[in-house]
Amino acid sequence: MTPSSISEMTRELRRRRVRQWRGVLLHAVLLGGAFCMIYPLLWMIGSSFKPDSEIFTQLNPIPKSLDSINYARGWVLGTGVSFTTFYINSMIVCAGAIIGNLISCSFAAYAFARINFRFRRIWFAVMLGTMMLPFHVTIVPQYIIFHTLNWTNTFLPLIVPKFFAVDAFFIFLMVQFIRGIPVELEEAAMIDGCGRFGMFTRIILPLIKPALVTTTIFTFIWTWNDFFSQLLYLNTQDKYTISLGLRQFLDSSGVSSWGPMFAMTTLSLVPVVVVFIFFQKRLVDGIATTGLKG
Amino acid sequence: MGDNTAGYLFLLPWFTGLSLFMAGPTLVSLYLSFTDYNLLDTPNWIATQNYIKLITQDRRYHTALRVTLTYVMVAAPVNLAFALGLAMLLNAKIAGLSFYRAVYYIPSLLGGSVAVSILWRQIFGLGGIVSQILALFGIEGASWVSTPSHALWTLIILHVWQFGSPMVIFLAGLKQVPAELYEASSIDGAGPWRQFWVITLPMLTPVIFFNLVLQIINSFQAFTPAFIVSGGTGGPLDSTLFYTLYVYMQGFGNFRMGYASAMGWILLVIIGVVTGLAFLSSRYWVHYDDAK
Repeated sequence: MTPSSISEMTRELRRRRVRQWRGVLLHAVLLGGAFCMIYPLLWMIGSSFKPDSEIFTQLNPIPKSLDSINYARGWVLGTGVSFTTFYINSMIVCAGAIIGNLISCSFAAYAFARINFRFRRIWFAVMLGTMMLPFHVTIVPQYIIFHTLNWTNTFLPLIVPKFFAVDAFFIFLMVQFIRGIPVELEEAAMIDGCGRFGMFTRIILPLIKPALVTTTIFTFIWTWNDFFSQLLYLNTQDKYTISLGLRQFLDSSGVSSWGPMFAMTTLSLVPVVVVFIFFQKRLVDGIATTGLKG
Repeated sequence: MGDNTAGYLFLLPWFTGLSLFMAGPTLVSLYLSFTDYNLLDTPNWIATQNYIKLITQDRRYHTALRVTLTYVMVAAPVNLAFALGLAMLLNAKIAGLSFYRAVYYIPSLLGGSVAVSILWRQIFGLGGIVSQILALFGIEGASWVSTPSHALWTLIILHVWQFGSPMVIFLAGLKQVPAELYEASSIDGAGPWRQFWVITLPMLTPVIFFNLVLQIINSFQAFTPAFIVSGGTGGPLDSTLFYTLYVYMQGFGNFRMGYASAMGWILLVIIGVVTGLAFLSSRYWVHYDDAK
């Protein structure tokens, strides 16, 4: 072996070692950051199993003993209404919103992506513009409409608008998706005598399934987490959703209810986390392609 | 069936929604903003009185504006800086990418919920995590959420904590940067730091711009954290009186619907101007690849 190749080898080894150390450092930073990000949630989960005296004196999220009494105590509110009601109500609102969004947004998306009607570009621009419309400016007249219809304290104000494609984000998501499908499929179907509606239901809908799944997931998460419109329209406890149910812990701020409060907040996040675990890839792709807020 | 008929038929639900729930209400609220209206009596035309009162007299409104602008101006850029930084670190083809991405993204997913806002109130409250940690360093713990000078900052931290979704968008953007650019500049002797400034950042400006506009629009409309953390009051001493919260209080607490509509319209104009400025400025700093 020549001296030059030996020095070449040691240089290569040194370079490799530097790279290794850099890798270790990077992982240390990332893991530390990840811990900071997730620590508040761990503290919440831990607190849900702790007696009140332990919650505000212990930084360690791991409880001394696993006691699920907080869950039992938190489930039923002082008024006798339980989280069973709130979960059912949240599920109803979510299901309604999802069905509405799937139907109405796919119809609109198909028209924008495939049909060459007059003023299409203008309406498409209007649709994109509605994404920027702050809800402050529409909320009062919307409330008046639902109030006049006597729909306050029902789920209708939370569900019915979804059947009219008000979430432009999803229209945009589906338009992007439909544009990626080869037109030849529809042309072949047209030759076989398939009409517009047939093409939509038989060709487009099955092919945009990933976009429909993304729409379902995001509608679920947003509706589950929503607070403002539920606060606005629902006002008796039997109609309360999870968000409104949780708020009760703040109103009746009896100092003794910290444990149960943490138990119920923890539990309320479980459905969203489960959806995240199962549909992680769809969620991430959905955000990356349209910039949806998670 | 012609294309026009088919197109408008498929768009029928959307058109209905547009007129009933978006465009229609926007116009109606413009009308209401010039009236005195309490939901029960007929709207009473008072011309520009709502606006004059808001702009010249309503101290709480000015506070709400200041609080919201501080929140938007601080929380949105800091959030994006974290998102970009982490995206850069994660883009380096490291092991465990999907694990890290998931962990950093989870706060974005849960952050908008009432549950997390309640949690935040406890973290920064008396005996919460923050005051316990500060106590370790001998700093006497106080309740951050009930100190007027600190309360808004707890909400800003809550927003920054949710940098996961812009991070995912940045990650997707970083994948689009052609590898040849890095190879070519490596041959020219550019180090990673220089590559970041000369290649990555310019190539990423469209994504940064997109994220910035999204952040501005979203953070102007924040409601849940301020409502929950302050217990619906915007306190202490109005230090967390978000714009939305004040609209809610006036419109649905005091049923001054005309007044609330005027506030809504001013916000629409503000958001329009801010995003308009962002679009105008984008000509000077957003790099679009002309070659493509």
